[in-house]
Amino acid sequence: MSGSTLLQLALLIPPLALAGIQLTGRWENLREAVSLVAATGLFAVVVSLYQPVLDGGAIASHWLELLPGLAIAFRIEPLGLLFALVASFLWIVTTLYAIGYMRGHGERNQTRFFSLFALSIGAVMGIAFAENLFTLFVFYEILTLCTYPLVTHAGTDKARRGGRVYLGVLLGTSVGFFLLAIIGTWLLAGTLDFKSGGIFAPGTDPALLSLLLVLFVFGVGKAAIMPFHRWLPAAMVAPTPVSALLHAVAVVKAGVFVVLKVCLLIFGLDMLKTIPATGWLLYLAGASILFASIVALRQQNLKKRLAYSTVSQLGYITLGALLATGAGMTGSALHIVMHAFGKITLFFCAGAILVAAHKTEIWELRGIGRQMPITMGAFLVASLCIIGIPPTGGTWSKWYLMLGTFEAQQWLLMGLLMVSSLLSIAYLLPIPLRAFLGGERPLEDGAGEAVAIGEAPLPSVIALSITAAGCVYLLLFPDTFYRLIAAGI
Amino acid sequence: MLTHLPILQVILPLMAAPSCLVLRRAGLVWLFAFAASLSALAVSALLLQQVLANGPISYALGGWQAPWGIEYRIDLLNAWVLLIVSGLSSAVLAAAHTSIASELDGGRQTLFYTLYLLCFAGLLGIVATGDVFNVFVFLEISSLSTYALIALGRDRRALWAAFQYLIMGTIGATFILIGIGFLYMMTGTLNMEDLAARLPTLGNSAAVLAAFAFIFVGICLKLALFPLHQWLPNAYSYAPSIVTAFLAATATKVALYLLLRFTVTVFGVEFSLARLPLESLLIGLGLVGVFVASTVAIYQVDIKRMFAYSSVAQVGYMVVGVGIGTAAALQATLLHLFNHALMKGGLFLALAGLVYRTGACRIEHFRGLGTAMPWTMAAIVVGGISLIGMPLTVGFVSKWYLIAAALDRDLWWLAVLVVLGSLLAVAYIWRLVEAGYFREATGSAVAARGEAPVGLLLPTWLLIGANLYFGIDTRLPVAVTAAASQFLLGGGP
Repeated sequence: MSGSTLLQLALLIPPLALAGIQLTGRWENLREAVSLVAATGLFAVVVSLYQPVLDGGAIASHWLELLPGLAIAFRIEPLGLLFALVASFLWIVTTLYAIGYMRGHGERNQTRFFSLFALSIGAVMGIAFAENLFTLFVFYEILTLCTYPLVTHAGTDKARRGGRVYLGVLLGTSVGFFLLAIIGTWLLAGTLDFKSGGIFAPGTDPALLSLLLVLFVFGVGKAAIMPFHRWLPAAMVAPTPVSALLHAVAVVKAGVFVVLKVCLLIFGLDMLKTIPATGWLLYLAGASILFASIVALRQQNLKKRLAYSTVSQLGYITLGALLATGAGMTGSALHIVMHAFGKITLFFCAGAILVAAHKTEIWELRGIGRQMPITMGAFLVASLCIIGIPPTGGTWSKWYLMLGTFEAQQWLLMGLLMVSSLLSIAYLLPIPLRAFLGGERPLEDGAGEAVAIGEAPLPSVIALSITAAGCVYLLLFPDTFYRLIAAGI
Repeated sequence: MLTHLPILQVILPLMAAPSCLVLRRAGLVWLFAFAASLSALAVSALLLQQVLANGPISYALGGWQAPWGIEYRIDLLNAWVLLIVSGLSSAVLAAAHTSIASELDGGRQTLFYTLYLLCFAGLLGIVATGDVFNVFVFLEISSLSTYALIALGRDRRALWAAFQYLIMGTIGATFILIGIGFLYMMTGTLNMEDLAARLPTLGNSAAVLAAFAFIFVGICLKLALFPLHQWLPNAYSYAPSIVTAFLAATATKVALYLLLRFTVTVFGVEFSLARLPLESLLIGLGLVGVFVASTVAIYQVDIKRMFAYSSVAQVGYMVVGVGIGTAAALQATLLHLFNHALMKGGLFLALAGLVYRTGACRIEHFRGLGTAMPWTMAAIVVGGISLIGMPLTVGFVSKWYLIAAALDRDLWWLAVLVVLGSLLAVAYIWRLVEAGYFREATGSAVAARGEAPVGLLLPTWLLIGANLYFGIDTRLPVAVTAAASQFLLGGGP
């Protein structure tokens, strides 16, 4: 099959899956089979695009032109493929996990859940392969709108409140800043197409460029740079598979991916270095990393702590992009992958604990490692991946990010990265350590009888084992992704 | 035959209106009125095609040439508005039979169609004519029938709403008449083209300024521009649902057409935007209207009323476009004219479906609507998204042009405010989504549920579908409005 056919397929499989899921909604097993087949198919399609893209083939598809100069068009570039690879692979795993979770937890409206899930992945593919800012914006908004019902899935007051914050912040920033930045870019540069080396003519007023960059960084609310991070903890009311795939991988990574792409292909690294606002935004990203880590330390709810950890880690990626050096960019792109594997595992574990032991608070997890060894083992591995120490892939991204600060001679930021790594050790590692080494007290309920707790449903355990193994695999074989990044930068 | 198109357009519904009284049977009357509206639509489509091909059409009524007789002059601007008015009227009429049968008792249905056609003819007449006194005549025809249409509402407060509108509307019409009188006094002509030629020669005459002031305020009353919008929320909430849909989709659009026609064609941009402080006035009032009305909309319990306030806000956007005054901004206004008609037409028809099933449309009736009336609820969501201005809907197209026009003149703050205004729309739309999909139906609202009848659902989705279609395939509206705005600023009428 030709490249552009594959591209069309990648964009069309999720909506087709949506139709299939709706049609087979009455038969649970069939419906889940549709999800799994679609996810596997999508991953296969994306993988088959890997070699052609590395060979530098131009794979593009032009859908339609909305207004003169504003087209819905797609073109694969290496970084987009990287993002699509991660998202589509993790969709398979998450579907597997979700089957166990949703049934184990007795959730309602499962057909709606799986349908919107598929649609969200479709939007992610659109973001990953967009040829211009406009297409990207369209799919960015679609992603917000299709994930909103997933956040409010439970339909409780708390879920609705969370949903309101979610939608308010994401739509507010995107319409308020992002759209404005896009229109500004259009008027300044006359085009919205991504182009290697940037699209602004040399000699464009740096003050205007600064304004645009600030609008972009704040406008992409999905990148959760403080002070626009509140939606992420609010979104934690969603069922765990949603938190795992969307709020650790698809949605937030879409955000930082946009930042990365804007830095690399709208401004261009050389121009980015000269813009006055870059320096300020770097420190803002740094502050975001630090404050989010400190807030994470104080969270007692497991999912909330993970959410703030995500905010902090997203700061790394934004920071790496803004460093405007080769190593920084590489680190950022690698961190998209590494953090995705690490954080999705952590959320899988949190969900597994919820389903099997009905626990959500961190102080309840003392000693739980003896009952759920696989889950907590995976938690340990994933924590190491987030922190960035061997034997996990996180080592690589943190390495390159450090190297980036070194190249840019940002010593303060280098120190900040080190401090924040220590902080991440402090907020993550105690959880698995206490689970394995802590006393047995909390395993008894109020009446003093021991409550039998085992591992979560099998599909969920398989899923979290796969992603944890992925964390380790990425230490040994980061090459797959590294080659893409090298081609992209 | 083809040469008589400009007048045929107005005459058809005008003649059809009294004929309704003869037919009497509700179903028959409806078919007849629908056919009349459809033929008006066909005529306006033909007219637009001819204007696009051959330029403006001038038609002398009764064969009397312009200075003595009444001239009908169709250029791109009014051909476009004619198409919008007759198109929306046909879509709304298609839904009328089902909805009206449930909201009015038998005897009044004939009356309804008669009034509807009269109002329709009046609106078309305002748009088609090239004579300012003729504008006033048709304005009165449409206004008087509108008052009666509103008074048909089931709620007794409809009478009060109609009376309020009668007072405000009459003041507006009188102001316009006074202004026209001044113009006639100063220039000795009522023909728009002649007025446009003679007014600049009069210089800074106080009488011309007074004429402009009277006409401007009068039109703004009909347009419901903030702060002259007080009549609109009551009128929209208590009128029969179909009437609300019709008025929201057409009446304010025609008033906006008048604003454009008088400020740009008759008085000229030079006079109204450059010499008078109208630019800041229009932008200022438009923006305040957007923010105040959208904020008030957020707190409304009656959803018809909520969308009524939203209409006031949307008028604000269109007026801002007129205020900016460049070709791009006028194009944004003309686009929004069309787009907003599609949105509000669809949304109010969807509400008519809800009223059909539950008898009212307060926020509590929306609870659980996502499962009870999935298609109606989905229509409201899509219409709402279009209202917010999300990409792939028509709302985005007009917003894009408006923001680009503002940025083009370096009005950064204006672009930011326009964008912030659409965030307020998110707030009021999302209340409905939350209630519809994430709350269970409770109490009296549960009873008598089921999807709206097909007769209502089809026209609703026709309009909602148009929201999506013209949001993706923008060639027709963009091409016509671009030519129309160029033409408007390029020279005389």
